[in-house]
Amino acid sequence: MTKAIITVVGKDAVGIIAKVCTYLADNQVNILDITQTIVDGFFNMMMIVDVTDTQKTFEQVSNELTEIGKSIGVQTKIQLEEIFNQMHRI
Amino acid sequence: MIDLSEVLETNKMVEEENLDVRTITLGISLLDCADDSVDACCEKIYNKITTLARDLVRTGEEISREIGIPIVHKRISVTPISLIGASCCHTTGDFVKIAQTLDRAAAAVGVNFLGGFSALVSKGMTPADELLIRSIPQALATTDLVCSSVNVGSTKNGLNMDAVKLMGEIVRQAAEASADRLCIGPAKLVVFCNAPDDNPFMAGAFHGVSEGNAVVNVGVSGPGVVKYALEQMDRRARENGGREANFETLCQTIKKTAFKITRVGQYVAQEASRRLGAEFGIIDLSLAPTPAVGDSVADILKCIGVEQPGAPGTTAALALLNDQVKKGGIMASSYVGGLSGAFIPVSEDQGMIDAVNAGALNIEKLEAMTCVCSVGLDMIAIPGDTPATTISGIIADEAAIGMVNQKTTAVRIIPVIGKRVGDSISWGGLLGHAPIMPVNTFSSERLVNRGGRIPAPVHSFKN
Repeated sequence: MTKAIITVVGKDAVGIIAKVCTYLADNQVNILDITQTIVDGFFNMMMIVDVTDTQKTFEQVSNELTEIGKSIGVQTKIQLEEIFNQMHRI
Repeated sequence: MIDLSEVLETNKMVEEENLDVRTITLGISLLDCADDSVDACCEKIYNKITTLARDLVRTGEEISREIGIPIVHKRISVTPISLIGASCCHTTGDFVKIAQTLDRAAAAVGVNFLGGFSALVSKGMTPADELLIRSIPQALATTDLVCSSVNVGSTKNGLNMDAVKLMGEIVRQAAEASADRLCIGPAKLVVFCNAPDDNPFMAGAFHGVSEGNAVVNVGVSGPGVVKYALEQMDRRARENGGREANFETLCQTIKKTAFKITRVGQYVAQEASRRLGAEFGIIDLSLAPTPAVGDSVADILKCIGVEQPGAPGTTAALALLNDQVKKGGIMASSYVGGLSGAFIPVSEDQGMIDAVNAGALNIEKLEAMTCVCSVGLDMIAIPGDTPATTISGIIADEAAIGMVNQKTTAVRIIPVIGKRVGDSISWGGLLGHAPIMPVNTFSSERLVNRGGRIPAPVHSFKN
């Protein structure tokens, strides 16, 4: 299983999660966990997802998520989970 | 499981604190490219580099995209060319031809520098070594991507003072040969003592003869991240008790940060070597600044507590920084090598430039600082009328520090033709800009012209 982490950061608005989740469902990306907080009107979300079954390349998914983020005025990123394990776990 | 605060911390490091992996450097052995004919040798070199490094740039970009952390440079180092050209190069022109081949190969695979136009002459020079050294000014003036280095001494061998003398002349000639290009030649030329075989950083990278066929070495960076961590540490300490954090907390903070930075490099190195089918060599734990604001080693020294780099206490602060970066980094990777220490170039670090302009920092203090950190006098612009023997004297001093302290030291200074103290020079990009710094004007001529070798120090006899 290849796990990745999607972060969405920006001003809170209606339908942010819906848009991102619809895209993931359409591309066979399974959501394993979601964490979300709003601090001072700022939306911070992190999803742990499984990208093993998607037909698209990592680059495509990354570019398309960035575009979706732009369309709703938030910053969206996808990164392999492994890099966070490497940095934050001994 | 990873939590949100950890993810946000990493992304903040990238977006606001200039965290990046500075370079993936693919070391390529060219020992099997030696030939009797220069043209055949050049062809073998071109083919080998463009085959082994074909996917280097693409792989670097792929990994960078997957982890969301920039990998700034993709580079190549090769076996010292004085060895490869020894049987076929009979003139300096022959060596220049190889340099131009390396330049074409580097451009073809899309890397931004290739190091290894080098000679290792810590004890003596073969005719090929001397020819290569004499070809350096022309080689650097007629290529864009090739970097050159010469090792003139070591703790085991002492200092080759004939080579030191010659390199003073070559540094000057390299500046003269590239006078129409802002004297860029010497910015691509490093004179070493105790040069490491596996250094991924330019301009001094070469692929040592003890290395395998193709090896991935990774240089990490991150002065901005360390600076930010120290600022946060002091802010928290002031909020809690009014006093600044003590040295114990300071060291702990640097170590933790260095650990995280190095782990990124370790991951990139493992992935890159796997995808390129090359061995994983080492991680170089160096804090490498860039001219970008906030990406400065000088700023860390200021955070530790000196008003400007160069103020009394600077050497102590740098010694501490260097040691803690290593202690944190060593835990994060089993294979640490290369230069591994803080870099203190002048032109490539805005904080250093400011310190020179403020009158806080001079060459003599920089020399003292090189006793406790990696590299040496780096990217320092000096007056264009500095005599070759004075440059040799500077090289000899720096090499002596390396030889006696069993560490790598290097000199990369640029005599800027036609400029004097008070002027400045701007190369732009990563090389940055530099004020012309004054050099002691008393002569080193008699010392430099003696000829021969300075013997190895007594503590080299360890067997």
